[in-house]
Amino acid sequence: MYDIIIIGCGVIGAAAAREFSKYDLSVAVLEAQNDVAMGASKANSAIIHAGYDPKAGSAMAGLNILGNKLTAELCETLDVPFRRIGSLVLAFDNFELEIVKNLYAKGVSGNIEGIAVWDKATCLAEEPGLSKDVVGALYAPTAGIISPWEFTLALAESAVINGTQLYLNAEVSSIVKTGGVFIIKTKDGRQFEAVNIINAAGTHCDEIASLAGDDTVKLVPTKGEYYLLDKSEGARVKHIVFQCPTKLGKGTLIAPTVHGNLIVGPNAEKVTQKDDMSTTAEGLAFVMRAAQRAVPAVNFRDNIRNFAGVRANMESDEFIISESAVVKNFFHLAGIKSPGLSSAAAIALEAVELVRAAGTLMIPKNHFAEGRKVVRMKKLSEDEKNRLIKKDPRYGRVICRCETVTEGEIVESLHGVIPACSLDGVKRRTTAGMGRCQGGFCSGRIVSLISKELHIPAEDIVQDKCGSMILTGRTKTGGSI
Amino acid sequence: MTVYDLIVIGGGPAGLAAAVKAYDCGVKNILIIERDKTLGGILNQCIHNGFGLHRFKSELTGPEYAERFINMVKEQKIQIMTDTMVLSLTKQHDVYVMGPACGCRTFKAKAIILAMGCRERTRGAIAIPGQRPAGIFTAGTAQRYINIEGCQVGRRAVILGSGDIGLIMARRLTLEGAKVLACIELMPYSSGLNRNIVQCLNDFGIPLYLSHTVVDIQGDVRVEKVRVAKVDENRQPIIGTEFDLDCDTLLLSVGLIPENELTRNAGIEMDRRTNGAFVYENMETSAKGIFACGNAVHVHDLVDYVSEESERAGAAAAAYIAGGQKNETALRLQNGEYVTYTVPQYIRPGNAGKFVKIFFRANKSMEKAVVKVADGSNILAQFNREYIAPGEMQSIILTKQLLEKASGDTVTVTLEEVPD
Repeated sequence: MYDIIIIGCGVIGAAAAREFSKYDLSVAVLEAQNDVAMGASKANSAIIHAGYDPKAGSAMAGLNILGNKLTAELCETLDVPFRRIGSLVLAFDNFELEIVKNLYAKGVSGNIEGIAVWDKATCLAEEPGLSKDVVGALYAPTAGIISPWEFTLALAESAVINGTQLYLNAEVSSIVKTGGVFIIKTKDGRQFEAVNIINAAGTHCDEIASLAGDDTVKLVPTKGEYYLLDKSEGARVKHIVFQCPTKLGKGTLIAPTVHGNLIVGPNAEKVTQKDDMSTTAEGLAFVMRAAQRAVPAVNFRDNIRNFAGVRANMESDEFIISESAVVKNFFHLAGIKSPGLSSAAAIALEAVELVRAAGTLMIPKNHFAEGRKVVRMKKLSEDEKNRLIKKDPRYGRVICRCETVTEGEIVESLHGVIPACSLDGVKRRTTAGMGRCQGGFCSGRIVSLISKELHIPAEDIVQDKCGSMILTGRTKTGGSI
Repeated sequence: MTVYDLIVIGGGPAGLAAAVKAYDCGVKNILIIERDKTLGGILNQCIHNGFGLHRFKSELTGPEYAERFINMVKEQKIQIMTDTMVLSLTKQHDVYVMGPACGCRTFKAKAIILAMGCRERTRGAIAIPGQRPAGIFTAGTAQRYINIEGCQVGRRAVILGSGDIGLIMARRLTLEGAKVLACIELMPYSSGLNRNIVQCLNDFGIPLYLSHTVVDIQGDVRVEKVRVAKVDENRQPIIGTEFDLDCDTLLLSVGLIPENELTRNAGIEMDRRTNGAFVYENMETSAKGIFACGNAVHVHDLVDYVSEESERAGAAAAAYIAGGQKNETALRLQNGEYVTYTVPQYIRPGNAGKFVKIFFRANKSMEKAVVKVADGSNILAQFNREYIAPGEMQSIILTKQLLEKASGDTVTVTLEEVPD
């Protein structure tokens, strides 16, 4: 029997888990997929917003602004790539300039540090790649770029190190409350019991709520498509460059990524299928046109990957962060659209308060392991590299040549706190396969390593989700794996 | 710090030929650095034959062709470091390597030859919309899985791109028991060698759809189908012409890109037309004493010409080490009508031997053509050619006298179609 079961290990569930793991409680996280961060947490703009977008004084604004501050600290503690490069919201005419001024006013009322309105001259001086048609922009220096899946993984690993039980491949199929205890069953026949449930199920939070008997959560799943460009475009802009927000959302952005690439997107398209993360010719064309309006010289010929994510949008302007009005001890962290990633750290604190207010005793632990450190060979000095290679020569063998990732790092990812179990899982943990050849060179070698390290036949190794086997069998004469 | 006479980066066919030639020309302290565990480069996974028709008057397989040069390297006792990666190099000839055995080391060399080969263009580069299931491979990656790892990549495949790798893989997959439904080609012509169209598609009854492309990929965990459409003269999909192919595998053979991370990061000048370094007549780059050859300079169709070009680089490196290089003025070679690029891009007539061989590619198929070499309006030379195709690299030979006759600083190579 767990004090708390969190359903969903995206960035929200992971952040909540880490926060709860600071207390003397038994906590479990049930994640439907075979890895953490498999939903919107790995398919978003990778931005930690400054917090001027949400309505002034709203809960969302508060969570965003606090989340921005907490995220910077957490990334330092957890060794997660994060850079505060600042953001610009562009205006191309007087109508948009008014919108920018409104955002500025919201930012001021939220005490957002350094927020300012730039005139045309300043815009073009500070961000020379901008279209000459720009008339002004909102500048917010506290906005930053992050690796959202590494952030999620780091939070989840920290939770696990501090006693949280993580169950993967645990898709919840029923929730029944009897005698003050929730009995949760998963699709594969496992059963769990908990006093409290945290619903952090992303685009499935409405289904999870319904399973528990609360039909009030209504999602409007909205897909966003992206381009990810080669590092040769990584210096195209210095800041995160936004278009003016519309009813549909924050609009298309162009930003460097923490890995040195350029990300362009998203659009916003309501979808009926929540798990439809396909890109479309129309969606990509929209994104391209929008980007070129802001930064005409973006070279889309240097695209290396397209992807899409689905946001858990709702009609309401606020997140649903509350105990269910229908089911006691069932807490929603639901409808987490943008600025969800930015707010995650603050939402986690809210979750703790909700559970505390509902009556659970929250006694802080005596020992909490705060941090974590990751070996990234490409970032080490020559001396540090040589020391590692001397200890384990596998750190000297480059497997992913585009991103300079070594065998040592890949093997480590297969034996980590939350080990990788797929090719993309290795990619998210090490960046191997994320480069310009998109795994063309290294994926065979990584499959070989996974097979050897985890004693799995090559044909059973998956690309990403369960069932996504890369290979279909052996050849007639066999080979070296 | 260890200093070599010559460091060759890459132990594939280009690096091997260059090293052997340099040795034959008198360079003794040579090091080949190869990131894979064995020498041979991409040839190791090219188990089909057809290599060496020109060079050895034989139909060798890839590994057999590589073996010829590997044996020479062994005989000559050229030093080899395998399982070692060059992380960066400088125009001052510093070479930073990393490997499990040597750790991080810095080497220096009197001359360097860049022979890093190339990589494959990916789905992202051509932005094919759709889902991202398992079962999408670039053709070379699939080839390695099948020929080296012994793993089958799929059961029902569609190949996008009728370049040689795609064609070879169409046959390879079929021989391993898969069903290859179609080869889809964007252009109105195939970029592969004609013999491969015959031996890989026609012989197996695999249909080739010219002027078509893949517009969507469907499949949740694994490819389930691809949507194909005809394209117009601007290579844009024509609405209404779409049809679906049920398959579990999509192989992409949509182009090769010379691998020049090292070259770029060293500040060596790059040519956007070839995606390789600018080279002089002797394969020297814009950096003194740094030469380049093989697919790293421009993508070849025949390894025989890779060897020939690489030997030029090896000989030039040897001459450079011996001190025989003169500072000469250079002619710029400009690609004219229907010519995509030339290699070399610069010629120093004073440094050239008796003649210079110029490789170039056409961007139009022609049954009969004339290659015209001109400086301004003055035609210096012309050559008749038959059956020009973009997929088959062309070459011409210009004598030293002819080059010395050129006035001005630019010589243009143009293709003119001869009507029937």
